[in-house]
This record gives sequence, structure tokens and C-alpha cells, in this order.
Amino acid sequence: MTMLTALCAIFAITILVIILAYIAVRGVSAINIEFLIDTPKPVGEGGGIGNAILGSALMTLLATAIGLPIGIGAGVYLAEFGDNWFGNTVRFLSDTLIGVPSIIVGIFVYTIVVLPMSRQSGFAGALSLAIIMIPIVARTTEEMIRLVPKSMREGALALGAPQWRVTWNIVMPAAASGIATGAMLSIARISGETAPLLFTALNSRFYNYFFDQPMASLTVQIYNYATGPFEIEHQMAWAATLILVGLILFINIVVRFLTKKKY
Amino acid sequence: MGNKITVKNLNFFYGKDQALFDISLKIPEREVMAFVGPSGCGKSTFLRVLNRMNDTIPYARIEGEVKIDGKDIYKAKTDVVALRRMVGMVFQKSNPFPKSIFDNVAYGIRINRMHSSKKDLADRVEKALKDAALWDEVKDRLPTSAFGLSGGQQQRLCIARALAVQPEVILMDEPASALDPIATQKIEELVVELKKDYTIVIVTHNMQQAARISDRTAFFMLGKLIEVNPTEKMFTNPDDKLTEDYITGRFG
Ligand SMILES: Nc1ncnc2c1ncn2[C@@H]1O[C@H](COP(=O)(O)OP(=O)(O)O)[C@@H](O)[C@H]1O
Ligand SMILES: [Mg+2]
Repeated sequence: MTMLTALCAIFAITILVIILAYIAVRGVSAINIEFLIDTPKPVGEGGGIGNAILGSALMTLLATAIGLPIGIGAGVYLAEFGDNWFGNTVRFLSDTLIGVPSIIVGIFVYTIVVLPMSRQSGFAGALSLAIIMIPIVARTTEEMIRLVPKSMREGALALGAPQWRVTWNIVMPAAASGIATGAMLSIARISGETAPLLFTALNSRFYNYFFDQPMASLTVQIYNYATGPFEIEHQMAWAATLILVGLILFINIVVRFLTKKKY
Repeated sequence: MGNKITVKNLNFFYGKDQALFDISLKIPEREVMAFVGPSGCGKSTFLRVLNRMNDTIPYARIEGEVKIDGKDIYKAKTDVVALRRMVGMVFQKSNPFPKSIFDNVAYGIRINRMHSSKKDLADRVEKALKDAALWDEVKDRLPTSAFGLSGGQQQRLCIARALAVQPEVILMDEPASALDPIATQKIEELVVELKKDYTIVIVTHNMQQAARISDRTAFFMLGKLIEVNPTEKMFTNPDDKLTEDYITGRFG
């Protein structure tokens, strides 16, 4: 039994390492400073992914700013007050939303934001990402809060703490590293999304700092490069992929570091 | 000395299941009263009636009268927060917060806004730790995690935390059941010390412990209060046959 599970673990790790190594090998040759800061140019003239990196960062940031508080708030509600029909409904809808293919979220935002504004925009892209993020954050937050032992809450209640204070300064800190891990996973997840951005943020050839304009993203840029006809474009797709994977890895490491258990 | 707590015709229900039957009991001020009885007989339930901890259970229901200092604590206008401040609780399994030693003790002081300054807060924390006989062991490591303490130290930290809000009554639910003999002895000595200032109700499984530290003992069985008497009488010449059988270890 131990042998078998160990083999499975080795298999999983091996695949991961092969993928990472392959991306690294294929991508590393095309990476240079110019590639990192330039905007895309016609094939053969170089060009880079600077604006795509910025766009991804901006949209992920805005999506996190919208999605994280709502997701955490909803998760706290579900765990602390959600044992009723309303909580069950929210829980069921969240689980459904987590299972919905992300392109459908893209179509939804396209319909309610892009069409009325008659323009694709960074805001629409960020909103799609936030919608994907909220149920993931809500459910992991709920799980983490439920893991906080009842005895710890009772200890605080017995000192005369009102319910909201127990939640705020005992339960939430106790669950903080778990909640942060969930948040980190959801950020990593949305920074790898392509489908919901295709209709919403579209793409842009330029550096764009404004959310009411179409915005470039790493994932859509990779998609464009990878589906182009020229070998040089494929190489740039690999390079951009390497950057994306590197960034996601970086987020993971940073949050790991930040949430290292203090107590 | 007067009675701190007076319970009259108390019935308690978990949904349809009745856990306590028609209990009437007086708990005198500044004494230690021990609750003994087989497990599942309702000792913890009764203890949690006294600080309204059962309020957290939505299907729990109570009938009868529970008075502390002559005031019915189940009256609609009772301030539960103030009640819980006055009636502290120490749990079976020590439950420090995921905070530093200092912040654990300071927590109740802070939420109840009892301190006038930072210095006052530190003084109160020091006093509580001294009263819980823990100060000497932790004074050099106050900012470190409470989880770094031994089991016995954690339990005394929880006692310090309860003392810090200046309660009048302390409820202890088998506070030493998870501790080794030396840590248990420390808790017992502490209880005897604390009764000078506090009314203490302690649930215990350990008959010798009840005999050593309590002034009065109440014996429960199947949700009923069988007998309550001064501990010495209870252990030498109990009124009830059931009590005698239990104390001498014939069942339970
Ligand atoms: N939260 C609860 N919900 C339903 N029944 C409970 C709950 N807590 C305790 N009980 C039941 O009430 C009875 C008394 O339990 P308890 O007060 O914990 O006994 P003791 O502390 O003497 O061991 C037991 O039958 C127990 O199963
Ligand atoms: Mg019990």
C-alpha cells in the first residue's frame, strides 16, 4: 500500500517536473530584457510582453481587490451563521459556480458589461476573474474557519466577548494561514485563466493603465503567440509561459513566507 | 456566609432529551463546591447553565430559576456579557488562543476595556499570572506563543486569563483531567488558594480530588441531583445509598 501510494506520488511529481523543465528549456532562450519590457511587434521585428505582464498584474490586482473581501466575507458568513436554508443555497451555488467552465463566466460578463459599454475593457476582464475567485475563496475560507476548534471560541465567549469579536479576533487569526493559502491558490488560479479574458479584456498592443480600455494579459498573449503560424511566435509563447509559471511560483513562495505560523 | 448561587427547580433540555431534572441547589460564597457523578450525568451541562454557555446551542431549553447574587440570570434583560465576566470558566481541555502568553491574559481585559493605560494592562496581566501561580515560569517569555507552554502551564494560563477579568465565580470543568500528577497537584493547590477570593465550582472525576479540595460536594446521577452535603460528611457518612455506592467505587 505504502509502495503503491509512493509510486503515485513519484509519478505525479515526475510529470510536474517534466512539464516545468520542458517549459524552461523551450522558453529560456527567448527571454531577455527587451522581451520583458517591449510591446508586441510585427513578426520578425522582436517585440515582447511588457504590456501583457502589466495588464495581467493590473487585472489580477483589481480582481483580488474585488473578490478577496467578498469571498472571505461570504466564507465567514457561511461558517459562522450559515447553518440555514440561505447558507445552504449560497453553498450550493458556490460549488456549482466553481464547477462552471470559466469561459461561461466570460460570456456572462460579456453580456452584462461589455455589450452595454460596447467595448471590451480591463474592468470586464478583472470582473470575470473576480467572479471565478469569489466562490473558491468563500468555500476555502469556510472550511478553514470550521477547523478552528469550538473550545477556542468558547474560551473567548466565556470571557465576555461578543460573537463578532470572537469571530474577528480569535477565529479569523486562528484560520488566517489557511485563509491566506486559499486566497493564494485562487490568485494563482485566476492568473492562469485565458478563456474569460478573451471576450472581456480582449487584448491590446500597447501599454494600458486604464481599466475602461481593452487590456493585454499574459495568458491571452500566450494564446495568440502559440496559435500564430511562425516558429518565432511559438518561441515567444514558450518564453511568456515560462514567465507566467515563474510569477505564479513567486506568488506561492511569497505567501508561504508571509503566512509562516507565528504562533 | 451567604449563598452566591441559588438554583431552584431547574430542568434542562437538549431538544427533546432532558439532561437535568428538577435541580435545586445553593452554592455558598467563597467555598469550593465539587460536582461528582458518572459521566453523562449532566455535570458539564449544569456548569454551563451557570454562565449561560448553553446559549450557543440553539436547541437547548431551560426551565426554572438560576439566581446569582439574588438576580435571575435567565431574565430577558440580563447582560450576558457582564454575566460571563462575573462568572469565569476553565475548560476540561486547556484552550489558549493562538496568541502570545501576554495577549492571552490581556484578551479579556482588552475586550472589556478594563485598563486605563498600557502600564495598567501590564500590571493586571502580571497580577493575574501571579494569582494563577504561573508568573515565575513565564515572566521572561511573555511575548512568546502560548502553545509553547506545557499542558499544566497552559491550563494555569487559562485560569490566569479567567482571573484577569476579575470574576466572582469560577467554573472549572475537570480542569486537571488531562494533566500529570504534578501539574494536577499545582492546580489543586491553586484552587484552595483561590477560594479565599472566589466562589469555585469544580467538576471532577476524581473522588480523592473532590475530597482534598472541596468544602461541599454535589453528587449527580442521570441528570438528577442525588445528594449535596459538606464534603467530609459526604465521604464518611453519606445520606443516600447511591452516593455511598458511587464513592466507594461500586459503580460508575
Ligand atoms: N450539545 C449537546 N447536545 C445534545 N446532547 C448533549 C449535548 N451535550 C451533552 N449532551 C447530553 O447531555 C447529557 C449530559 O452530558 P454532560 O453534561 O456533558 O455530562 P457530564 O459532564 O456529567 O459527563 C449526556 O447524555 C449528553 O449526551
Ligand atoms: Mg463533562
